[in-house]
Amino acid sequence: MAELTLPANSKPTTGKTWKAAAGAKNIKVFKIYRWDPDTGANPRVDSYEVDMDSCGPMILDAIIKIKNEIDSTLTFRRSCREGVCGSCAMNIDGTNTLACTKFTSEVKGDVKIYPLPHMPVVKDLVPDLTHIFAQYETIEPWLKSDTPPQTRERLQSPEERAKLDGLWECILCFSCSTSCPSYWWNGDRYLGPAILLQAYRWIADTRDEATGERLDQLEDPFRLYRCHTIMNCTKTCPKGLNPAKAIGEIKKLMVERR
Amino acid sequence: MAGNSNSLRSRLGQARGLGSAHEGVHHWWGQRMSALALIPLSLWLVASLVCNAGADYAVVSQWLSSPFTLGALGLTILITVYHAVLGLQVVVEDYIHGQPTKLILLILLPMSGVALVVAAIVSLLMIAFAG
Repeated sequence: MAELTLPANSKPTTGKTWKAAAGAKNIKVFKIYRWDPDTGANPRVDSYEVDMDSCGPMILDAIIKIKNEIDSTLTFRRSCREGVCGSCAMNIDGTNTLACTKFTSEVKGDVKIYPLPHMPVVKDLVPDLTHIFAQYETIEPWLKSDTPPQTRERLQSPEERAKLDGLWECILCFSCSTSCPSYWWNGDRYLGPAILLQAYRWIADTRDEATGERLDQLEDPFRLYRCHTIMNCTKTCPKGLNPAKAIGEIKKLMVERR
Repeated sequence: MAGNSNSLRSRLGQARGLGSAHEGVHHWWGQRMSALALIPLSLWLVASLVCNAGADYAVVSQWLSSPFTLGALGLTILITVYHAVLGLQVVVEDYIHGQPTKLILLILLPMSGVALVVAAIVSLLMIAFAG
């Protein structure tokens, strides 16, 4: 059944408050979800007072500052700090986005930071992405062609190449899939917006010759048709992509080939 | 929900599960087409009910006995129930995860749909022909 309340041992409690150094004038409070699998305790929400006069402008700058200067136990993923690696996706101020491309100044009041919703938590802000990456593998995200390899690159016309725009930019941060209620309730079988956008990226690629086979694999009440066009995916995508449209294109092709 | 991390089956094996059912297009298309058909049919039904408001039984049964009315009303009932059954099936698949409950509901749903349509059409015919 759909889970509308958290299990008792997953309910967050109020955690510690880490005061800013005396004399700090420009203070912003970060309320961050903390959970440590080794303690057996419930998750808690710690409050960190950060002096914004000595902090970079992005949310990621603030949580790196917290880890470096206030509480080194705070755990999160980050790598490129410029919105191309997808590591620092988390739920900030109620919306899934990338900590590195979100300005702290965009958030009114306290900044609430939680891990991506409805994923198992490894620790603090680190979600377990094993299953979603396994789902990514099921769509076989590589070029499949029976035409013998050529001595040069496989050519596309500019129009054919343009079909990949809005698809290739996806960085697999999974902000979209973890904002999708259908993925929350049926993520074990539903592929979710991120994986379906990736699937369409290969379907739309004119160099790929496995379109029918790919559509065969997607034609399933759960893998594809759990999408009810809720559009949370498109609303939340930090790269401004439209997974809902990609899913719609797959559904159109399913009808077209009947 | 994200697979079963306690299982020793590989995560790819878990994600592939029982494979693709190779169905779903028919359901999706049926839902869209029935929705489309219901736009004119519902407008017609509302307009007809407004026109017949306050009329006595004889007038309404006279109205019902015309082939167009009988056909359109029969279609409206059939397509509404078809659309509702498809929609409720989605709700069950979305939210009911226990296998016996889900299976029983998915069997009962179309059955009650058919029963409802048969009862409604028989009633319509009885009013139209028996008066």
